[in-house]
Amino acid sequence: MEKENIVELKNISVAFDGEQVLDQLNLGIKDKEFITLLGPSGCGKTTTLRLIAGFLEPDCGDVVFEGKKINGVPAYKRQVNTIFQRYALFPHLNVYENVAFGLRVKKLPENEIKQKVTEMLSLVNLSGFEKRNIATLSGGQQQRVAIARAIANHPKVLLLDEPLAALDLKLRKDMQKELKKIQQQLGITFIFVTHDQEEALTMSDRVVVMDKGKIQQVGTPQDIYNEPKNAFVADFIGESNIVDGKMLKDYRVEFSGQEFRCLDRGFSQNEQVDVVVRPEDVDIVEYDKGMLKGKVTSVAFLGVHYEIIVDIGGFKWMIQTTDEHFVNDRVGLYIEPDAIHIMKKSEYSGLYGDYSSYSEEIDHLSDVEEE
Amino acid sequence: MNKKTFGNKLVASPYIVWSAIFIVVPLIIMLYFALTDSSGNFTLANLSGLGEYKKAFAISILYAAIATVITLLLAYPMAYFMSKLKISSQRMIFMIVMIPMWMNFLIRTYSWITILANTGLINTFLKNIGLRPLKLINTPGAVILGMVYDFIPYMILPIYSVMSKIDNSLLEASEDLGSNGFNKFKRVIFPLSRPGVISGITMVFVPSVSTFYISQKLGGNKTMLIGDTIEYFFNLGPDYYNIASAISLVLMVMILICLFIMNRFSDGEEGGVLM
Repeated sequence: MEKENIVELKNISVAFDGEQVLDQLNLGIKDKEFITLLGPSGCGKTTTLRLIAGFLEPDCGDVVFEGKKINGVPAYKRQVNTIFQRYALFPHLNVYENVAFGLRVKKLPENEIKQKVTEMLSLVNLSGFEKRNIATLSGGQQQRVAIARAIANHPKVLLLDEPLAALDLKLRKDMQKELKKIQQQLGITFIFVTHDQEEALTMSDRVVVMDKGKIQQVGTPQDIYNEPKNAFVADFIGESNIVDGKMLKDYRVEFSGQEFRCLDRGFSQNEQVDVVVRPEDVDIVEYDKGMLKGKVTSVAFLGVHYEIIVDIGGFKWMIQTTDEHFVNDRVGLYIEPDAIHIMKKSEYSGLYGDYSSYSEEIDHLSDVEEE
Repeated sequence: MNKKTFGNKLVASPYIVWSAIFIVVPLIIMLYFALTDSSGNFTLANLSGLGEYKKAFAISILYAAIATVITLLLAYPMAYFMSKLKISSQRMIFMIVMIPMWMNFLIRTYSWITILANTGLINTFLKNIGLRPLKLINTPGAVILGMVYDFIPYMILPIYSVMSKIDNSLLEASEDLGSNGFNKFKRVIFPLSRPGVISGITMVFVPSVSTFYISQKLGGNKTMLIGDTIEYFFNLGPDYYNIASAISLVLMVMILICLFIMNRFSDGEEGGVLM
């Protein structure tokens, strides 16, 4: 452990109206890191953020900040600031006064406030907007004001609650880069909440994948993508084919009726496991040369590559390839040992990873809900 | 273009006819009487002679102002706590505030006579427990009490309606930025509730300053408000319509000036120094 934990959550449980929102949650957040809480809506990620901000108290467990327990410390005394989902800018104040809000509460001298606000507005590229009314700003500009307002107070930790969800795709990409830049420039801890896995992978030092009030996995974006801990994580981060398998012995797994070499070990003999193969890691070869053999049932052209669904003994595999194939082609699949990832069986086994009911439209609906 | 505007006009026409007959025409009649003498010749004598009623104007404005301030001080916290309750409780309190308004205004005022009279509820009670009766009815206090009682719903409702619309995330944001309870109120809740306060003040001050019934029933004949003066002259007969209209005109202009000043406060985005 090279850096101290600035925030620690210890055995946190929260229930609303008898419904368990967070269940025995433990998490340490390191100083100056960009950490993302990622999960579907209702997974408890926003609740976690509100616990740290002080808008919510846990039913049991401790919130620790710089080594001190801060349960019961009101939000206004905590050295954290929040960027709210809908920005929550004050409509009765102009841009300057919004950014100055926290400084005025602290009763800083006027010239210091002015210097600070000017500096913050230039950091978020809004110089010259001081006198503007909030209602006349675009979504992206409001977002910038919200950032400036929060960081003007020099928080040790900045909490961001799906701050980019309301922006359109292009703007969202730009803001991702900009937020990352601001974080590095200020050298403070960012705790970012999102349901967008791509956002989480591109921005974070570490990602915390959550579901049903529990942490499913914590790790670097690479860890999370390459070594998912269970079927939920594998499915939520990117596309995955997840099939039932049996670990014959170390480095030997059997699935879809075939035996494969793999890089995993440490399972008991003949243990039932989930096998993950990413669609981009499968090579399509001639039918006779395939380790697995099947028939193409659908082909979609996505620009960078084709997305092909292949039926292998009733299980539909998704494969991404740059070669063109046609429906009803009989093809063989070739899978390298390092493309195979073995996971222990979990409550999520069998729920994800089969593309038999797959449809483009349904998969992309989730991106639209926040618009 | 023609079709749409014609349709709009058709829909609006009942209201336009209504306001022409019952608002514009009476105003013209009032203006006519105020600027003529009893035989119909143009004169400014009605207006120039109004100095005599300075005292009635002053007392009316003073009483109305006191009543408005008391109403605001009672209604503001009430509206605030209402907006913080559960939705079901909010509805119930809302009903309780509304119910007195279903009763006739005159009856509501009259009921206070039986409470405040020399042999009324309060004094009977005081006598029974061996205390000296108090002089309650026919005092300025009784008049102001009547105003506060009759008009307080008009203060509570607009403030409540604005408060219940304040987004909770704004309150959280202000807390997040370091505001304790007092700062949260001073810097966010109060500025955002100001439009409700302004319209509440207007809706209480205007009827208070022009009332005559409350002062007659609860103030005896000792306090002659400007509303009483107008009523008095109208009761004297057609010869006095001119002077009554002139007083009405001046009262109306004064109210308009008050409203204008008040609206300046609600428009000003930045200057946060009301009161």
